[in-house]
Amino acid sequence: MSGFLAVLVVVLIFIVIFQIAKASEYVSILKGEKKARQQSNRINGFLLIAFLVLGLIGVYYCNDLLKGKILGESASVQGEGVDTLIYVTLAITGVVFVITQIALFAFAFKYQEKEGQKAFYFPHNNKLEVIWTVIPAIALTVLVAFGLKHWFQLTSDAPADAAVVEVTGKQFNWLIRYPGKDGQLGRKATNLIDPAASNEIGVDWNDPLSKDDFQATEVHLVVGKPVKFVIGSRDVIHDVGLPHFRLKMDAVPGIPTTLWFTPKFTTKQMKEKTGNPDFTYEISCDQMCGSGHYSMRGVIVVETQEEYDAWVAKQPTQYSLAHPDAAPAAPAADAKADSTKTVAANIK
Amino acid sequence: MSNEATLHSQQEVMHGAGAHDHHDHEHHDSFISKYVFSMDHKMIAKQFLITGIIWAIIGAFFSVLFRLQLGYPDATFPWLESILGHWAKGGRITPEAYYALVTMHGTILVFFVLTAGLSGTFSNLLIPLQVGARDMASPFMNCLSYWFFFLASMVMMASLFVQTGPASGGWTMYPPLSALGDASIGSKIGVDLWLTSMALFVVSQLLGGLNYISTILNMRTKGMSMTKMPLTIWSFFFTAVLGVLSFPVLLSGFILLLMDRHAGTSFYLSDIFIAGKALANEGGSAILYQHLFWFLGHPEVYIIILPAMGMVSEVLAISSRKPIFGYLAMIGSLFAICILAFLVWAHHMFVTGLNPFLGAFFVLLTLLIAVPSAIKVFNWITTIWKGNIRFTPASLFSIGFVSTFISGGLTGIWLGNSSIDIHLHDTYFVIAHFHIVMGVSAFFGMFAGIYHWFPKMYGRFMNNTLGYIHFWVTLIGAYLIFWPMHYEGMAGMPRRYFDYSTWASFNQFEGLNQFISFVVILVFATQLLFVFNFFYSIFKGRKMTTQNPWKATSLEWTTPIHAGHGNWPGEIPEVHRWAYDYSKDGRDFIPQTEPLGPNESAH
Repeated sequence: MSGFLAVLVVVLIFIVIFQIAKASEYVSILKGEKKARQQSNRINGFLLIAFLVLGLIGVYYCNDLLKGKILGESASVQGEGVDTLIYVTLAITGVVFVITQIALFAFAFKYQEKEGQKAFYFPHNNKLEVIWTVIPAIALTVLVAFGLKHWFQLTSDAPADAAVVEVTGKQFNWLIRYPGKDGQLGRKATNLIDPAASNEIGVDWNDPLSKDDFQATEVHLVVGKPVKFVIGSRDVIHDVGLPHFRLKMDAVPGIPTTLWFTPKFTTKQMKEKTGNPDFTYEISCDQMCGSGHYSMRGVIVVETQEEYDAWVAKQPTQYSLAHPDAAPAAPAADAKADSTKTVAANIK
Repeated sequence: MSNEATLHSQQEVMHGAGAHDHHDHEHHDSFISKYVFSMDHKMIAKQFLITGIIWAIIGAFFSVLFRLQLGYPDATFPWLESILGHWAKGGRITPEAYYALVTMHGTILVFFVLTAGLSGTFSNLLIPLQVGARDMASPFMNCLSYWFFFLASMVMMASLFVQTGPASGGWTMYPPLSALGDASIGSKIGVDLWLTSMALFVVSQLLGGLNYISTILNMRTKGMSMTKMPLTIWSFFFTAVLGVLSFPVLLSGFILLLMDRHAGTSFYLSDIFIAGKALANEGGSAILYQHLFWFLGHPEVYIIILPAMGMVSEVLAISSRKPIFGYLAMIGSLFAICILAFLVWAHHMFVTGLNPFLGAFFVLLTLLIAVPSAIKVFNWITTIWKGNIRFTPASLFSIGFVSTFISGGLTGIWLGNSSIDIHLHDTYFVIAHFHIVMGVSAFFGMFAGIYHWFPKMYGRFMNNTLGYIHFWVTLIGAYLIFWPMHYEGMAGMPRRYFDYSTWASFNQFEGLNQFISFVVILVFATQLLFVFNFFYSIFKGRKMTTQNPWKATSLEWTTPIHAGHGNWPGEIPEVHRWAYDYSKDGRDFIPQTEPLGPNESAH
């Protein structure tokens, strides 16, 4: 019933608007085309300048309202460069935005049709055109130069001492594997995947490197220590999105990808910094991957070396979980020993 | 074939030209040949436009439905269940339905409305009228072009009603998600229908595009050199070139996808474990599809925006009573955009693991596009400077176009820079960017075109007051909807999420999402007002009494108010000057057909 009433109200509003519009058309015919045009010109000219002023105020107000809700300072060293570049770009595009919008609406208002006013025949002017070809070209060169400098830093090889974490996407969660104390991930193959036998990733247990690998439900990282993510997928394309660290990388079946960064703050520090006791570093899936895409959430815990070591010590190796009869569940690693000399992962 | 020769060879078939007087009373088209399988470019334009409007209502309505979910994730709407059935059990749409709606919204708006509905309508209407031709180079191919589009529409429409639902992997249809029925319910028959529909659509685009190009190159009237053409024609020309060169690549990508789905090939598939078993496919690359897709996908955004640019240039000059500023620079920048459009596709793929060195070139070339775009914006602004502007609904929409093109274009500089893209990729920032720059702007260009050329199409005017209401609500609404989305994107809020409530990083925008959804409904209602105005005015609008209501210089306004097939009774007028002699030598405007005076210089 209320739905029906709502529709009725909308239809009534439509009819009222339409009747007004029709009446105003008759009025304008009675008044004569010229006079009607002058009147609507004045109204729309005023609205254009009002839109400009209120719009610019709105831009400011919107920023005031929402600036506290974006992420704040980058939580990774690499993300600082991204943020700097955003600020530089914001400054340049912001100035252009304000100038061009003001020019557009102010000119429209100022040069609206008036009695006796003649338009100025001005078909071209080479000097002006050269100016506004060259200036944007220079500004863009600056942005490209800055951008590529950061781009090559972001995509450079991870330092040799970076920790390695393998992140594998599947519908609809992330599988996380650590290389254990040897610092190298065991070989894996799609046809070895067997969820029933605790082998979601398809690790080849015949590879000696796989024996000390362990899996986790959360990613744990050491603050201030570079980490390299080895990223893959076992079904469709996913994407490891790390908004707080300003990074992102697709997880593509069949094609391993990597990214690396250095976390700057522990989760605990971020809770204090943001004043939000529920603060969590999250991995979001940023590539449409099916009906559960929106729920593909991973958690990253950044902590101190001591906390990390204590956590690692508690993780059973995946080999022991997959072979419950073969050996008692042994702690994965004496992490302290290897954490400083971990080498790049054996991706294959 | 020269225009004159075409004219004479076609006189027997068409009833225009010199034969008009004799045939007028005896020769009547049947309903079928006049309104259904018409070969008159003007009728085909109307067919494209009305089909586009119907699709636009459907596509926009889908966005209202999924905005309801985003704005009011906890609320239930029982009426949803009555229209969507088990896709909205209990009045709340399911994730599967949400993704189907999102996918169809994108597909419909990008391809069916802003490609077919926009360039299909105005290329058809304006090319013959503005270059001075009786019809397209091949009216029959033109007719086929519409009917292939119609078939594509029918197949896509049918896919909405199949048991497993339409395609739901996003309008980009990335494999393996779209290749494997086990990966998503929408990837069952929905994707087959989607691919079939799109293949028909590509055929339609090629038939249309080849026609536009050959008409512009071969059938211009006497005196209409390329540099005397209105900018609309230049923009349609480049649009058609882009489409003809890039749509076949898309089709090839689709064919490979179809083979992966049904013929057991592995173009895009490798190392996949799904539905409890490992697939045999080895060695394919899911990224290959993205290259093929974006090789069209990027030019596609220019296919959408160039016609709008052309029409806005035309309307701004006419309503400012001034020549378009920098005519040659405008053509040059269109050309530059057209070339660069083919060289930037991988900027959609910065986070796929693309070789960073290769990525660097795509950054450079992408940001380079900002230069011709900037030239165009400055030229438009200079065009209205010192003008004598009449604010018709068409000119307001043109001003709105420039405003949104600036706003959306500038954020393109953010996203084109790979280091920023790595943070903003696939977030609401991207949604804000492309909706403003190619959604809202292209629609504004289209509205400007509709309000401006409606009298040429139907011999009547649309209601002005409704036009003003339409403009102001849409402009303000568009900014209210998309501007705050930039902030959501800065927070890293991913696109294509059904629900954000479980995310600690993204659930702070609940109130904002609600506000946006509310404005969406309001703006959608206003578009219905426009649709009503459009159809009402076809039958009841104020009648056009003069041939040239906007006092424009170009050729379409030299045709009779209700021009028959063949456009001009008698000879096609000869052209002596460019299309932008406004306020020259103290005269308000000088039609293109008027010879240069003895002391007058060409532009």
